[in-house]
Amino acid sequence: MKDKLIPPIIIISFITFFLIFYKGLQETNIYTPNSEIKKDIPIFSSVKFDSKENVSSSEIFNSNKFYLLNIWASWCVPCRQEHAYLMRLSESDQVTLIGLNYKDNFNNAQNFLKKLGNPYETILLDEDGTISIEWGAYGVPETFLIHKNKIVSKYIGPLNEELINEIYSIIK
Amino acid sequence: MRILKITLIILLLIPNLLFADNQFERNKITKNLRCLICQGQSVYDSDSDFANSMKILVDKKLAEGLSENEIYEFFKEKYGDWILYDPGLNKNTYILWLLPILIFLLGGAIIFKKLKFKN
Repeated sequence: MKDKLIPPIIIISFITFFLIFYKGLQETNIYTPNSEIKKDIPIFSSVKFDSKENVSSSEIFNSNKFYLLNIWASWCVPCRQEHAYLMRLSESDQVTLIGLNYKDNFNNAQNFLKKLGNPYETILLDEDGTISIEWGAYGVPETFLIHKNKIVSKYIGPLNEELINEIYSIIK
Repeated sequence: MRILKITLIILLLIPNLLFADNQFERNKITKNLRCLICQGQSVYDSDSDFANSMKILVDKKLAEGLSENEIYEFFKEKYGDWILYDPGLNKNTYILWLLPILIFLLGGAIIFKKLKFKN
């Protein structure tokens, strides 16, 4: 009786392990961050780009309207690609654009804005990249849509027509 | 005079010892944090922008008085369990933690039974 049970147990175990590993192979081993998040925005303090005065997050995100925080740098090529979309968004009175200048040279950043336009109401400095990590960012460009001090959605990489339309549909 | 010399040496050594302690703590934490943009490397091993910022932030959090576990919780909240090389026991990892114990117990039971039969 015992000897009869052993082969089916081995076969069932083999099939089970095979299915587990096969399913594992189907899943990507590249980390894909979760962009569907409803988290509170981090509490941080920074320095304003122009005036160099200290400012806290509560002074920036102080109303219940929509904010769009965009992490950018003059050395970042995809940031140039998305800049025209940000300029378009800045015309909307439904959303306030906040820039977070990531590990950048001040003069280069200023030239970047002079050349392509400044869509931001306020620009904050992130000289050592730690504020971006407080936001849970991976790099530049990255954009966060904020409403009532919560992150409504997160866009990793440059914004495009499709994402801009998505943002318009949320803020309208 | 001798006491004064010893006191002076101790006073000079204290900041070095504290610094070494913080450095050890920082290295221990960053070795358990995954560099998310350079997969396969820990934050400690990587020299990417992301990893360097993480190292600065770990230093800041240690200076604020956060413990090792509190720092892990902070990063877990931002980036999820994936950021840790040594994740804790939760619904996604219980098989990972319990399977080796189960296999060990099962193997032990089989050996025990066989030995009992022989005797």
